[in-house]
Parts: sequence; C-alpha cells; structure tokens
Amino acid sequence: MEFQLLIEQLLNGLQFGTMLFLMSAGLTLVFGVMGLINLAHGSFYMIGAFGAALFAEITGSFSIGLISSFIVAMFAGVITEILVIRKLYKKDHLDQVLATFALILIFSEGIRWLFGAYPLYLNIPAELNASVSLPLEIIYSKYRLLIIAIGILIAFFLYILTSKTLLGIRIKAGQNDREMISVLGVNIKTLYTIVFALGAALAGLSGALIGAIQSVEVGMGEPVLILAFVVIIIGGIGSIKGAFVGALLVGVTDTLGRFLLPELFKLFFDNADANLIGSSIASMSIYILMAIVLIFKPSGLFGERSA
Amino acid sequence: MMSEKKLNFLILIFLFLVPLFSILLNDIYITTLFSKIVILAIAGIGLNLILGYGGMVSFGHAAFFGLGGYVTGILAFHFNNYEPIQILIFEFEGTNQLLFVWIFTLIFSSLLALFIGYFSLRTTGVYFIMITLAFAQMLYYFSISWPTYGGEDGLSLSLRNQIPFLNTMDPITFFYICYVWLIIAIIFVKFILNSPLGISLKASKENDDRVRSVGINPKKVKLISFIISGAITGLAGSLYADLNRFVSPTILSWQMSGEIMILVILGGMFRLYGPILGAFFYIILEQFLGGITENWQFWLGFIILLEVLYAKAGIMSFLIKDKYDEKTSS
Repeated sequence: MEFQLLIEQLLNGLQFGTMLFLMSAGLTLVFGVMGLINLAHGSFYMIGAFGAALFAEITGSFSIGLISSFIVAMFAGVITEILVIRKLYKKDHLDQVLATFALILIFSEGIRWLFGAYPLYLNIPAELNASVSLPLEIIYSKYRLLIIAIGILIAFFLYILTSKTLLGIRIKAGQNDREMISVLGVNIKTLYTIVFALGAALAGLSGALIGAIQSVEVGMGEPVLILAFVVIIIGGIGSIKGAFVGALLVGVTDTLGRFLLPELFKLFFDNADANLIGSSIASMSIYILMAIVLIFKPSGLFGERSA
Repeated sequence: MMSEKKLNFLILIFLFLVPLFSILLNDIYITTLFSKIVILAIAGIGLNLILGYGGMVSFGHAAFFGLGGYVTGILAFHFNNYEPIQILIFEFEGTNQLLFVWIFTLIFSSLLALFIGYFSLRTTGVYFIMITLAFAQMLYYFSISWPTYGGEDGLSLSLRNQIPFLNTMDPITFFYICYVWLIIAIIFVKFILNSPLGISLKASKENDDRVRSVGINPKKVKLISFIISGAITGLAGSLYADLNRFVSPTILSWQMSGEIMILVILGGMFRLYGPILGAFFYIILEQFLGGITENWQFWLGFIILLEVLYAKAGIMSFLIKDKYDEKTSS
C-alpha cells in the first residue's frame, strides 16, 4: 500500500512538473532570447483558463475549450507584445519588472471587470474524469495522465522546434547575436512576437488544463509564475532542456516533500510536531532547492552564461 | 522648478504639519494615512540604499519588512499571554516596550540580511533578483504553514506597544514616532552615503574591478550595505505592525516586495527623498482611485506602465532640475 501511494505521489509530482514546464518554456525563451523578465506571464495562464472556461461553456465541449485557451492566450500575447513588451527589450531589468508588474494589475483587474470576482468552473468531461488501473495495482486519474502526456508531447515538439527547424535556429541565433541575425535579413521584430506569443499560448494551455482540476479565478497565475521562475533559474535561463529538467525536479520535490518530510520527521519527533515541522519545511523545499542550486551553480543547471 | 534641497525641506515641513491639517479638517484618518505613508517611505529608503545607490535589485525586501512585523507581533503576543518564548534551551519574556521591540527588530532583521545577503550576493543580475525573491518566498510559506502565530490568518495585537510617558494609541503621537524614525533613517542613510562605505558602494555599482583594484572588497561593501538596508526596512515593518495592530503573511508576500520597489522607482531612484514622494503618490493614488472606482488597480497599473515607459526618472525629476537628470534619463 505504502508503495502504491509513493508511486501515486510520484505521478502527481510528474503531472505538476509537466504543467510547470508548459509555463516555464515560454518564460525561459522570452528571457533567453529577448532578455526580458516577464512577470505578466502568469496573466496568460489566467487568460487561457478564462478563455477555456468561457468557450467550453458556450460550445459545451471541453476540447474546444482547451484549443481556445491556446488561441486566446496567443492573441493576448501578440497584442501585449506589440503594444507594450516591444518597448521594454532595450530597458533594464528593473523597468521590465515594474512594467510587467503593472501589466499584472491591468490584466487581473480587467478579467475581474469582465467576469466578476467569483471563480468559474471548468468541468472535466466524464470520460476523462475517471481512474485507470496501471500495472502493479496502481490506480490513477485518467485526466492527470492526459496532462502528463500532453506535457511530454509538447516538450518533444519544442525540442524539435528549437533544434531542427529554421525558426528554432533563428531563435538560437537571436539569443547569441541579435544584430547579426537582423543583418542576415531575419525580421527580428516578428521573430520576437512569434516567440512571445508561443510562450503565452503554452502558458494559457497549462492554465486551462490546471483550471479544470482547481478553479478558474483571478490571481491564479501568480503563484505558478513564481514557481516557473524557480524552474527556469534552476534549469538555467534560456534553455528548454533546463526548463524541462527543472520543472520535473521542482514538481517532484514539492509533491514528494509534502508527502515524505512529515514521515521522515516522525522518526525524530512525536506525530503532531513531525507533521508541523515536516509540512512547514516541505512548503519551503523548492525555494531551498533553488537556493542550493544557485549557491553551487550560479547560472543554473544548464545555463551557459550569466544574465 | 526648484533645487532638490529646497524640495526636501518642503517635504519634511509638509509632513510635520500633517497632524495640524488633520485637526483643522477634523479628520483624524488623514494622520493615520500619513503614518502609513511615512512607514512605507522608511522601507523605501532602506531599499533605495542598495537599489538606487548600489544597483542591487532586491525583489525580496518583504522578507525584512515582514520579519520586523512578526518580531513585533510575536513579542507582544508573548507579553499578552505570559508565555515565555522558547528558542532551544533559552527562554525569553515577551515585551510590549517599543524600545526593546525596535532593538530586537534591528538585530533580527540585520541577521536575516546577513544570511540572505551572504548567499544572494554570490549571484548578480537576474539571478540576484530571483534568489532574493526565493528567500522571501521561503519566509512567506513558512509563516503560512506555522500555526503558532496565526498561520494564514495572521496575528492581532490588542494594543500598540508602549513607550514610557507617551500614549502610542493616539494617532498623532504615533505619527510623530514614525516621523522621528523617518528623520533618523534619512540622516543615517545620508551619513552612510557620504562615508567611505557609501562611496565605495556607489563605485562598485559602476565597476567592481576598479573598486577591487584600489584594495576594497566590493562584496563586503555590498554585504554591509545590504544588512543596513534590511535593518531599515525591518524597522519599517515593525512600525507597520504597530500601526495596524496586526501582522499577517501578506506583508511577507512578493506583492509587498513589488510595492516597496514601485514606490522607490515612482519617487525617483538616486534621490534620498524619492521614496517619500513615491510612497505619498502611491498611497494617495490608491486612496483616490479606490474612492472613485472599484477597479482602481487597473488604472494604477496603467499609471505605473506609463511612468516606466515614458517618465523614467521619477516624480522628483518633474519637480526639480539638476545634474542627476542626464544620468537617470539614460
């Protein structure tokens, strides 16, 4: 029993990790390619979730909801990039932090204006809202397995995109020398808009996928945003591979930490104290992980240069 | 247009007269509102020492602000229920004497700043922003998950802490206590900035290697400045807890760090009095917009965005003209 529970928690960690990856992929690309700290990335997560809830309500189809989350967030990304973000590339990090902080306020209040202060619910279709039995007598939620599958699929797609396609080569080139690639005739402005919109769309999709498990509400993006930052710092800024490894590491550490640490402390303290200390430390565990990584490897696990 | 000195003087005079306006308008809320402004200004002055003058973008100053608040709250909590505080084998009595509270706050926030600064200063740039954020988040989640002091619900203080011969519950008295701390913070930071420490701090912002080449260790300079900055912000947090008679994890949240940072930049970095104007405009804007529309944050966001995109040097530069403008507008 104990073993099945552990595997189940591990799968939960994987599911959490793959979602974090969807969120972090855009963040790390935008950060690596354009040198932009985008605090408003969490807003696209929220916008995607709201978009999915809205269109799933209208059409009655969950999959249309998911697809529209991707499209709605992508559109929001394009508009934001053209109106605001474009002006920030040449400014210093401090201005970027402030301006995108302001964007959070605008997006959050804007959504509250449109949809009201109450959370929306996005229902998982019945055929996914079930459990499947896996080998070794493990029973696990179908929907969460689907999330893991989507996450891995997108990771694979992004890997192909960044390493095998022309767009990926241009992105990489832009990361290294943005002047040279514009001299070579690549429209760097459009390239940046595409990268930004792709990142926003992925964040929107992950918002919709998670919004179906939790609830769709204003402010849902910010806690995830902070986690995504932890992921890309651990993985190394600008690296998709780093984001993937970092996301899984953070997802599994957080989930298993909450599960195992109280058990571990039970060896030393009585039950109540162990639960208290264990869960307190578990809630900090990923930040401790990040601090340790930064102390020993100041540019992250797969980071090449310090930004 | 006027000189910076004259504007600074006007700011201090204006703040000094706030309780008088408040009495004349028969609205004591004004005094309380300005106590909040003064406290946030102190926090901002603390942050500005490293942000504006040292170029260290700390996105985790809520850690110090919140720690100051919690030290104050916890001491009062133990004073009220007569249980001593146990740390390993040591036992401490709680206290409601502000002088002790302040001393403890300064000690603890300096120690925290030493710890956070020691590790964070190994990194630079974006990584520094993120690691300071990570440390603040650790404290935030710790405060939520540790139930002894209220957890997520926070901790109420039944009365403000005391100073002999003064009634701290009186809003005007409390305002002047904050005002005095503001003056102390200004004088202290000014003293630091003109001391060898401050000069090497400003130099290390421009070029670490040159600082090192004249035999000064820039890391040490930055660490000491970071500690001073954290201590000042911690003290502001302590005052904030007493002002509201309440502390909760909110003051440790990353939004708090963002707020302190915004008011520093809104007022104008590289200027000692910038955070005061920043805090003033931030709070007044919040009050004003909050009065006319429920969605005031939407408009606040717009104003901050416009300020960043088009008026980078901060509010103080609208009011004065001097040599700093070339530097800050670049």
